[in-house]
Amino acid sequence: MSQKKNRMNQKYNYYVNNVAPKPKYISNCIKAFFTGGTVCIIGFILQKWIQSKGLDQKTASSIVIMILIFSAQFLTGLGVFDDIVKFAGAGLIVPITGFANSIVSPAMEYKKEGIVLGVGAKLFSLAGPVLVWGFSASVIIGIIYAIIT
Amino acid sequence: MAVKKMGQQTIRFPLPPKIISAYSIVGPKEGEGPLKDWFDEILEDDMIKEKTWEKAESKMLRSAINASLKNCQKTPEDIDFLLSGDLLNQLMSASYTARDLGIPFYGLYGACSTMTESLSLASMLIDGGFADHVIAATSSHFSTAERQYRFPLEHGNQKPPTAQWTVTGSGALVLASQGAGPVITHITAGKVVDFGVTDANNMGAAMAPAAVDTIAIHFSDTGRSPDFYDLILTGDLGQLGKQIAKDLLTEKGFNVESVYNDCGVMIFDSINQDTHCGGSGCGCSASVFCGNIYKRMMKKELKNVLLVSTGALLSTISTQQGESIPGIAHAVAVSI
Repeated sequence: MSQKKNRMNQKYNYYVNNVAPKPKYISNCIKAFFTGGTVCIIGFILQKWIQSKGLDQKTASSIVIMILIFSAQFLTGLGVFDDIVKFAGAGLIVPITGFANSIVSPAMEYKKEGIVLGVGAKLFSLAGPVLVWGFSASVIIGIIYAIIT
Repeated sequence: MAVKKMGQQTIRFPLPPKIISAYSIVGPKEGEGPLKDWFDEILEDDMIKEKTWEKAESKMLRSAINASLKNCQKTPEDIDFLLSGDLLNQLMSASYTARDLGIPFYGLYGACSTMTESLSLASMLIDGGFADHVIAATSSHFSTAERQYRFPLEHGNQKPPTAQWTVTGSGALVLASQGAGPVITHITAGKVVDFGVTDANNMGAAMAPAAVDTIAIHFSDTGRSPDFYDLILTGDLGQLGKQIAKDLLTEKGFNVESVYNDCGVMIFDSINQDTHCGGSGCGCSASVFCGNIYKRMMKKELKNVLLVSTGALLSTISTQQGESIPGIAHAVAVSI
């Protein structure tokens, strides 16, 4: 690409960035803070309640995670999770609820292409990268930890 | 010798093809928008009792074509060619529609510019004496586009404010060498213009320079000025793209303020319908032209219209490879 064209493109992109509407960062952050916080509070209350029934903390938190995953999957299935996320944003995408949604939504979507090449192949199309790089990072950090200690 | 070509990119039709029939179908969301009273048919359910979204889109396109034929009392056998396309890989909706209709078919891909691309070529076929009746039709569907270009429908995410909403809609036009209706006097074929925008969520900005390029060349080729037209209508630039196109045209010395609008802006109430910058997709300019503009021309409310459907020629692969988004716009001048 010629330099002149390059400069023209830069100028145009600079102009576009100036006129383009910006995401509402502050109100999005506030909404995410409160919805994310609400999920955590619900999780905490559930955990304490389960513990009060006589289970230890580790088992109780596993059950809480299962409940949160199930709720997100159920709401995805009902078709309302994406509507809630439109409001909540990172408040529901960052917790385990977002991960659950990113697996159930392709499962629903690609069912039409069949059980094997649709659901089977596409199930992890959104969550896959998170798993691959999450596992990779944990292995590297594990090696570093082993060397240090 | 190219006797019908004028200037750089424009063709003038000495025997202007007539648009003898138009039909538009839109989805439920479009049917709640500001243009709801203009569309010929509003779907209650965008699945139309089909098993897949793709089948639904194809059915919608087929219904629009069949209804446009019925409007002018023609049958598929009367039609020489069908020029059609959509947004899906390998033109799934258009190809399956053509299979069921049995009309000789040319599949076109111009992304969201397909309405004017098909209209341009259809006009040339008729004016060139190759055909008496040609159908130009196109469609897009929110759910098929979303699953091909973006995320599964139920995936939770927040779209940036520059994003647009793919219109579920279809429009079909029957062009004829003889008959009554608005005539296509000129077409200006567009060049691919790329100003280096890489954000697939900001297609208005990517396509606006292409629209401006085509409109400016149309004026210089034909010697017309913005005053000649009652309406200059771009396809789906959305609010941001419309603003940019207006700015760029003013910079080039064309004052279009009073006559310029954009189908993507017209079709939705972006605040109440949560469509961010407005509508997009082949079905956007198709349904707005076939629904609103064609009828207003028949009522003589509008006499000269320049329709400039705009397309973003990106693919999921080009986006992933970090390529910028090439834009294209074809202009069709319609008069009555």
